[in-house]
Amino acid sequence: MLKGRAFKFGDNISTDHIIPGRFAYLRSNLPELAKHVMEDADPDFAAKVSKGDFIVGGSNFGLGSSREHAPLVIKMAGVSAILAKSVARIFFRNAINLGLPVLICDTDGICDGDELEVDLAGGTVYDKTSGQKFSFSQLPEVMLNILNKGGLVPYIQKYGDFKL
Amino acid sequence: MSLRSKAYVGKTLAEKILSQKSGCDARAGDIVIAQVDLVFAQDTTGPLTISQFQSANFERLANPKKTVIFFDHAAPSPNRELANDHRLMRQFALTTGCLISDVGGGVCHQLVAESLAKPGDVIVGADSHTVTAGALGAFATGMGSSDVAVVFALGKTWFRVPESLKIIVSGELGRGVMAKDLALYLIGTIGADGATYKALEFGGEGLASLKMSDRLTIANMAVEAGAKVGLFPVDRVTREYLNRQKRSEDFRPLSADTNADYERTININLAALEPTVAQPHQVDNIALARELKGTKIDQVFIGTCTNGRLEDIATAAAILKGKKRHPRTRLIIAPASPQVMLDAISASYIRALVEAGAAIMPPGCAACLGLHQGVLAGGESCLSTANRNFKGRMGSPEASIYLGSPATAAATALTGEITDPREVM
Repeated sequence: MLKGRAFKFGDNISTDHIIPGRFAYLRSNLPELAKHVMEDADPDFAAKVSKGDFIVGGSNFGLGSSREHAPLVIKMAGVSAILAKSVARIFFRNAINLGLPVLICDTDGICDGDELEVDLAGGTVYDKTSGQKFSFSQLPEVMLNILNKGGLVPYIQKYGDFKL
Repeated sequence: MSLRSKAYVGKTLAEKILSQKSGCDARAGDIVIAQVDLVFAQDTTGPLTISQFQSANFERLANPKKTVIFFDHAAPSPNRELANDHRLMRQFALTTGCLISDVGGGVCHQLVAESLAKPGDVIVGADSHTVTAGALGAFATGMGSSDVAVVFALGKTWFRVPESLKIIVSGELGRGVMAKDLALYLIGTIGADGATYKALEFGGEGLASLKMSDRLTIANMAVEAGAKVGLFPVDRVTREYLNRQKRSEDFRPLSADTNADYERTININLAALEPTVAQPHQVDNIALARELKGTKIDQVFIGTCTNGRLEDIATAAAILKGKKRHPRTRLIIAPASPQVMLDAISASYIRALVEAGAAIMPPGCAACLGLHQGVLAGGESCLSTANRNFKGRMGSPEASIYLGSPATAAATALTGEITDPREVM
């Protein structure tokens, strides 16, 4: 069971909101890069977020660049999962490849600061603040296996190949 | 007799290519493992790709001569940190024997189109605009560094076979209207997530009038509607392009079956389109250029994988020849490849543009992503021919980015405010 606070964002949060291209010079210095996580969407996010918290987006979360640094800095900030109504495809694959769960569900009822409990295996989100319960759609099996192994690198180290 | 076995339903372009490369009867929704014909990374995604490759304890590339490291996003390196990243990538290329396109070599997607992509190929790049090669009928898509690192080593990856949207075009583009206007109109119509996880497949009698440079612009922007690929059939235009690039042996016809299954069909009359602009901070936030008259612009940028080709520079040169840019509006131009640069010099386009007050950048991504060669300050506005106008994309998050065609960009450089190019042509 994952537990934490919701940080709510709107629709179309791009990879430039998450980690802008202008910080590309820090991409080989990840601790410094991670200080700028979500900076253009919420300048105080890095200071406010705690281990276990959730990013809750609207539709089309993570659109834009293929930079895997976007889910990487979110994971480094301690975020335990991203919840969104829909997620752009490269970001979706990248997050799962890093072992960061992305849950597709109706996020309209979740407010900024709500306390959430996520049951990954059961496929449910419980919003303790509002008392509402949501379910999220299951990942395709190949992505679920990659996520369960902690990401693509550990998955490939274990199997040496893709297993369908 | 209403049984409609899937064996009798034709295949989309995406299904055809993925069937061939996976050895399965690939249908929308299936998950397949496909062989990859070409894989690449560039200088902002390459270092993480290399570190993931090494973390997985890989040492050898599956196909060193089908693996490329490009230096284009921040090249030549603008600072020490990126210089270190460049050095790491050069060392990796030396150790593994992969191909390398170093500083001045041009934008990865333009070089892939000019020299590497073949109809029917599966191409994976650590860059979202890898979709550009769909113009040549290649299933080309962007992925992140971990996925690309695994393709480096295994020469294959998994795909969910996408559903396809069919975009049927008719007529011809009018004077002053370019393929960019079609791309912006389409994204504005279906939205920035209108094709998420899906393929865009272009067809219709209007395709015959769209040159390869037009098709590359349109395929390039497929990802701005969320699409996995933007595919064009392989036809006479493709054959002529490959002949011109001295790659006639790479031609092979490829089209969707007539009875293929499409999730949705969208008809666009090219003749009805007008110069179109995406306003801050989303690509689907479109307006007509003429509706934005009076919007002051500090910097015009012409270039990138979207619009840095010879035809784009020719269009800008035709509008600016013998004239001067507006004194308050900077004009930055970056040819997408050395071939484009040399052809633009031979045709005297570069002379016309320099005389009009343009700053010419080396072949590469230049100002597109806020790393060098035209970074924007807070409060500034830019009209760019690139593909993204997200907040903070080109520097300050307080800057405003408008996207338009090379014709609109050149007209805007002339007047200092967003201008419908038909007013100055």
